[in-house]
Amino acid sequence: MSSFQMQFMLLFSRQGKLRLQKWYVPLSDKEKKKITRELVQTVLARKPKMCSFLEWRDLKVVYKRYASLYFCCAVENQDNELITLEIIHRYVELLDKYFGSVCELDIIFNFEKAYFILDEFLLGGEAQETSKKNVLKAIEQADLLQENVDFQTRLFAGVMVPGLASESSGLFQN
Amino acid sequence: MPAVSKGDGMRGLAVFISDIRNCKSKEAEIKRINKELANIRSKFKGDKALDGYSKKKYVCKLLFIFLLGHDIDFGHMEAVNLLSSNKYTEKQIGYLFISVLVNSNSELIRLINNAIKNDLSSRNPTFMCLALHCIANVGSREMAEAFASEIPRILVAGDTMDSVKQSAALCLLRLYKTSPDLVLMGEWTSRVVHLLNDQHMGVVTAAISLITCLSQKNPDEFKTCVSLAVSRLSRIVSSASTDLQDYTYYFVPAPWLSCKLLRLLQCYPPPEDGAVKGRLVECLETILNKAQEPPKSKKVQHSNAKNAILFEAISLIIHYDSEPNLLVRACNQLGQFLQHRETNLRYLALESMCTLASSEFSHEAVKTHIETVINALKTERDVSVRQRAADLLYAMCDRSNAKQIVAEMLSYLETADYSIREEMVLKVAILAEKYAVDYSWYVDTILNLIRIAGDYVSEEVWYRVIQIVINRDDVQGYAAKTVFEALQAPACHENMVKVGGYILGEFGNLIAGDPRSSPLVQFNLLHSKFHLCSVPTRALLLSAYIKFINLFPETKATIQEVLRCDSQIRNSDVELQQRAVEYLKLSSIASTDVLATVLEEMPPFPERESSILAKLKKKKGPGAISVTELEDSKREGGELNGGSDRGPDTAAMSASNASTPSPSADLLGIRSAAPINAAPAGAGSLLVDVFSEAGPAAPSTAVNDDGFLRFVCKNNGVLFENQLLQIGIKSEYRQNLGRMYLFYGNKTSVQFASFTTNVSCPGELQLNLNVQTKQVEPLVEGGAQIQQVLNIECLTDFSDAPLLNIKFRYGGALQNLTLKLPVTINKFFQPTEMASHDFFQRWKQLSQPQQEAQKIFKANHSMDTEVLKAKLLGLGTALLDNVDPNPENFVCAGVIQTKSQQVGCLLRLEPNAQAQMYRLTLRCSKDSVSQRLCELLAQQF
Repeated sequence: MSSFQMQFMLLFSRQGKLRLQKWYVPLSDKEKKKITRELVQTVLARKPKMCSFLEWRDLKVVYKRYASLYFCCAVENQDNELITLEIIHRYVELLDKYFGSVCELDIIFNFEKAYFILDEFLLGGEAQETSKKNVLKAIEQADLLQENVDFQTRLFAGVMVPGLASESSGLFQN
Repeated sequence: MPAVSKGDGMRGLAVFISDIRNCKSKEAEIKRINKELANIRSKFKGDKALDGYSKKKYVCKLLFIFLLGHDIDFGHMEAVNLLSSNKYTEKQIGYLFISVLVNSNSELIRLINNAIKNDLSSRNPTFMCLALHCIANVGSREMAEAFASEIPRILVAGDTMDSVKQSAALCLLRLYKTSPDLVLMGEWTSRVVHLLNDQHMGVVTAAISLITCLSQKNPDEFKTCVSLAVSRLSRIVSSASTDLQDYTYYFVPAPWLSCKLLRLLQCYPPPEDGAVKGRLVECLETILNKAQEPPKSKKVQHSNAKNAILFEAISLIIHYDSEPNLLVRACNQLGQFLQHRETNLRYLALESMCTLASSEFSHEAVKTHIETVINALKTERDVSVRQRAADLLYAMCDRSNAKQIVAEMLSYLETADYSIREEMVLKVAILAEKYAVDYSWYVDTILNLIRIAGDYVSEEVWYRVIQIVINRDDVQGYAAKTVFEALQAPACHENMVKVGGYILGEFGNLIAGDPRSSPLVQFNLLHSKFHLCSVPTRALLLSAYIKFINLFPETKATIQEVLRCDSQIRNSDVELQQRAVEYLKLSSIASTDVLATVLEEMPPFPERESSILAKLKKKKGPGAISVTELEDSKREGGELNGGSDRGPDTAAMSASNASTPSPSADLLGIRSAAPINAAPAGAGSLLVDVFSEAGPAAPSTAVNDDGFLRFVCKNNGVLFENQLLQIGIKSEYRQNLGRMYLFYGNKTSVQFASFTTNVSCPGELQLNLNVQTKQVEPLVEGGAQIQQVLNIECLTDFSDAPLLNIKFRYGGALQNLTLKLPVTINKFFQPTEMASHDFFQRWKQLSQPQQEAQKIFKANHSMDTEVLKAKLLGLGTALLDNVDPNPENFVCAGVIQTKSQQVGCLLRLEPNAQAQMYRLTLRCSKDSVSQRLCELLAQQF
């Protein structure tokens, strides 16, 4: 019996593009790629009203789609599926609050921020801080520490290529 | 709203990402990436020192390229440089790069560890957290070596900031998981437990994961956490939904912490302290009550969080398995979920009920939902939910509902997803065997399995049905009839042909009386499938044919014709060719007696663990849980059986060696190319040859059932003889001890080489009987005789016989022979003299139905009084005169001496000379002894 240790978390788009990967167990790059490929295929093949849990290898995969993005976590078989589902939701809330109505493009262009927020929320696959305020406070403090260079406007309007409509739709739209 | 203008945008990075997204093809993308890599490389190598911002930007680009799936082989040094920057964002990118692209380059690890060490001692909480995150993300052994002693100190130090404590706790957890040997328990451990009382909910949330993991490994050291966890849980559960402020999630107070607390408690048995236990039960009841309250929000997050706690509480209730009231309430709650409109809840309810089914308190409550579960199996649209329903049906199956459940699973199989068919087949096969009351139902079920899902019926399943049919003579005729009918289908699965070939080869005679299934009709039916089958099946069919020749001499000519045709006797497959040649020869030169001996019906298989169960155990996942549960419920199955007959279902459960007792695809046990070398085929040598080369996997089947029975009432004589070897036996018994002399005589003029013997007590017998012997000399010269002494000790009463396996080389050919040693329970009799009055008084005392065993049987030998007397004396009991009022009857008394107990036995044999029948009655103080003696003796008269 383990506590809720997550094995990994993957974010990928409806087109199967990987947007974020976080591994909490040591695996070789080759294994990671294989797992990603298999799992993305499996999850994308599922129909909308199906249940959010599936047994996969000897793990349990918990996933949920937000607009164009799939959030997908692998936990151990005896782990609590519902609380994992809410881990995903809380992470989406954190991203949404930080970016202000987050969309897939935010995560593409600010991938490093997505990782930083995740590290404040989950560490080593376990919930470190579940209060939304406290996580965002930590991130904002860090932002305040930054040097005064290179102010950019969000989403870099000047250099942006028009993204797919789905990529710029808010994750919370549905 | 914190816009990202606060962030540290890197324009160059954004441009690069846009460019990549603009690429129309994979080639274009690779080209753009290579250009960028060249650019970054030249910047890093350039003379001009890069400023921190540029370094950060390039390192970040490399990271992006890596995350796209490309290899990165440089830039690590620059990333390490960033670690020592005092600008937070530079440091942060450096750490991110290191976390994602760990490299075991020892030089770098040293530098990285140095930077981490600096940050940990910086007393700047944000820097400390970054360093701790990095250790937790990498979690390598090198890092554990460097920091495993430092982090506990940070964790429990009084002046550590809360956020640092949280990171330190989870960082330590990661190190403990990768290198438990490096994290030493110490004074800090007790202080960690008290973090459960911390004011800061975030600290408790992080610390509890660490405590749970440590408790699993060192339960005693951490057991104080139980009462702390209960009081924390109690405070959360009873708090109003707003008390916990930001730790309330959609009106549910601290769901993550609650789940973790309940999970921690699952590392321990129920609290011993009554007050603590009372408080905990109260919490669990409150959680169950809350499930019935109307929701405080319509959002799915509210119900998910609430139900996450509920399911965790139910897990704890199942873990304790001691509160019938809570178990039944849990079951009722799950029952409601079974019909919930949320697929997720239906899935989880099915899953959770599966474990409830194994608790004796809730098994019956789970069973009441059978109709709902069957409905789920039929109507759920999601295969993973249907799979859960199938698992639950398997778990809730018992004698009362087995027929219904097996029928439903069979009909589900017709449409089941391919991925789960094999497991379903195994489960159906196990349930059918475990709960078979009449074995014709079992045979029907397995044949249906083959018909519906033949491709998924593994060898284990069809081996098992054959084993059971062979071991149970009440079902053999039915099996022959059913399989004969099944084979008449125009297209039938090859597995059906295998089972059909085997069963008709053994028991075709039982249905041969009906002209519709006359021997020739049976043969033609089997042979019509022959050409469509694979080589192993054809080999099996050839063996069935030779068995037909023995069973039905009238088929001999037809079958010999088949064997003789070129496609058999010149078959390119060596196994088929050899069988055709050997069987043809055997059928033409051997006398009917020899044929009858060689092709005798298969003896019963030794009962071992069901090979199917062993296979299911090998399959991981949900099946595994259900199997253990299935084994647990064996006791229940036994009770329902009334302990009457040890059907293969209970015997199959007795865990012993998991080796597959396969009847192999071979009726005779010929494993490989074993040429029958004795040209003038006398009866004896054939017998040896046929059983030679059987290999260790072949069932160790004794060949001397008759010889064995001859020794029940005598101690000396010839146990076995063939053309090569004679085995004589002399034995003596006193109390519970015996000594047996075995004499091996070489009847040939040629030396036997590598002569070895091995005495084994199969299965349970090794607990009942202790047999000791010394190894014999490996050479037996022509005409010589060697002797072996066995010392035997009877520990408790027993039914099986020890096996003697003999192996030797004769003229290069390996001979292998297994015999039953005539060590029977009656050998340990002490005769007891008693008067008529005493006898009948004791007879009445042994009046419980199980204590008596009775058989009425036809006389096989002379009914001469003196012969009978001699036999009864040989049995070891005292023959009592003037006891039975009818002088024709015989009564005997004796005590069986075993090491653990003495078993008194009384016997009465009533001959009826007119009818040539006997009635034999035994009454013993132990049921199993009555049974066994009755079996042994019924074949003696």
